[in-house]
Amino acid sequence: MSQSYDRGLVEDFGRWTEFSAGMWAWIFHKFTGWVLVGYLFTHIAVLSTAMSGPEVYTSTLQGLESLLIVRFLEVGLLAVAVFHILNGVRLLLVDLGIGLESQDRSFYASLILTGAIVVASVPTFLAGAV
Amino acid sequence: MSTGITKPEEEEETESQAVGAARAAGESAYGQARMDESEIDAANEASQRRARRAVEDADRTVELKVFRYDPEVPEKEEPRFDSFTVPFAKGMTVLDALMWARDHYDSSLTFRHSCRQAVCGSDALFVDGKQRLGCKTQVADLADEGIPGEVRIEPLPHAEVVKDLVVDMEHFYDQMESVEPYFQDEDTPDGLNEQRQSRENREKIKMSTRCIWCGACMSSCNIAAGNNEYLGPAAINKAYRFAMDEREGEDLTEHRLNIIEQEHGVWRCQTQFSCTEVCPKDIPLTEHIQALKREAVKKNLKFW
Ligand code: HEM
Ligand code: SF4
Ligand code: FES
Repeated sequence: MSQSYDRGLVEDFGRWTEFSAGMWAWIFHKFTGWVLVGYLFTHIAVLSTAMSGPEVYTSTLQGLESLLIVRFLEVGLLAVAVFHILNGVRLLLVDLGIGLESQDRSFYASLILTGAIVVASVPTFLAGAV
Repeated sequence: MSTGITKPEEEEETESQAVGAARAAGESAYGQARMDESEIDAANEASQRRARRAVEDADRTVELKVFRYDPEVPEKEEPRFDSFTVPFAKGMTVLDALMWARDHYDSSLTFRHSCRQAVCGSDALFVDGKQRLGCKTQVADLADEGIPGEVRIEPLPHAEVVKDLVVDMEHFYDQMESVEPYFQDEDTPDGLNEQRQSRENREKIKMSTRCIWCGACMSSCNIAAGNNEYLGPAAINKAYRFAMDEREGEDLTEHRLNIIEQEHGVWRCQTQFSCTEVCPKDIPLTEHIQALKREAVKKNLKFW
């Protein structure tokens, strides 16, 4: 059905406001999955500095951790990872056919739990930086 | 498709003869009751006047914003929205409102409908941003409280528009046919013997039998929108209805699983639940698709 005749007005309304829970869960899951892949490369790059000796590694890490923006990125990374894991578990349950009637509630629960964990983590991540 | 246009509805008897005559003029193919231009204009004007009066008399009115498009008429080639003010009546459905607009303002307003009771599946529309059956959607339900000021009605997204609210359903029907949506069995019982189904098995497929081929699910699906080969929720649900029916033999069940596990079958589903949200018959589509995914895996993973 996709050979959709370009309906101009109709199809390019800001339709995202009309998405339902399951659709948002899918978008967030894609997004967080790919952010995690991106982080994996960064992570490997940072770890690889250890190849040039312990001092380089230590100074790299200290340099990074002294940047406020990195502290915030870490909070963001946690948010992304926690959501991906929680929603990943939700998706696995969906694959097993468990609790499909509550799929929207389990998505909201993932969001809320992610929010709570992230908020609780802020003092740890920002300690000494602000 | 155009059933409604020349056939007056029963409860619309308040209409004057002028409108009836105007309709007859529309039916000039039958060779009689031809009116000349001025008579038609007069009838149209009378109808407009009556609509205005009805709107003025009404306690409450609803504004319909209806998508219009007609590739065959130069002035209507450009898609646009028309507004129709319709008097609200308790129990009014979106389809009722559309019919009122068509009968009182613009007889060229085109949409499909037939049963008006969520059985025929011909009036799936995109109402206020969601796929719904016009006849099953109460206008009053579209507002959080009271009645909505405005209702936006569009043809199903991701389908080609033929005219106004009518979309081409051919692709949807092709997908439905491709899963062989009919009971087949190699060993049908002889003579007049019944071919019984257990209660449990009936329960299992019960919801899946309810599909009315309205196409709402297909239209709501983000994957189907981007992939014409994807079977789509309704067709997969049809496949479920037969694959899970124990009265069909093992070979057939395997044949059915082969159909749904092909590249553009069940594995395209990303469990977005959009189809399940919109299905007017409350069929748990995602659940059925997931069940078939598991069946497909079980079929291919045989270690014993
Ligand atoms: C406990 C940890 C994790 C769980 C439970 C989990 C779960 C899942 C599940 C169930 C899916 C499939 C979604 C679907 O059905 O469409 C998925 C997709 C994905 N995950 Fe994870 N995941 C985890 C960790 C990660 C990590 C660490 C990364 C990155 C390195 C990652 C990257 C991805 C990507 C890229 C996708 C595919 C997104 C797409 O469909 O484009 N995941 N994850
Ligand atoms: S499964 Fe539901 S939404 Fe899809 S065609 Fe059938 S009745 Fe319509
Ligand atoms: S008119 Fe038949 S389903 Fe709505």
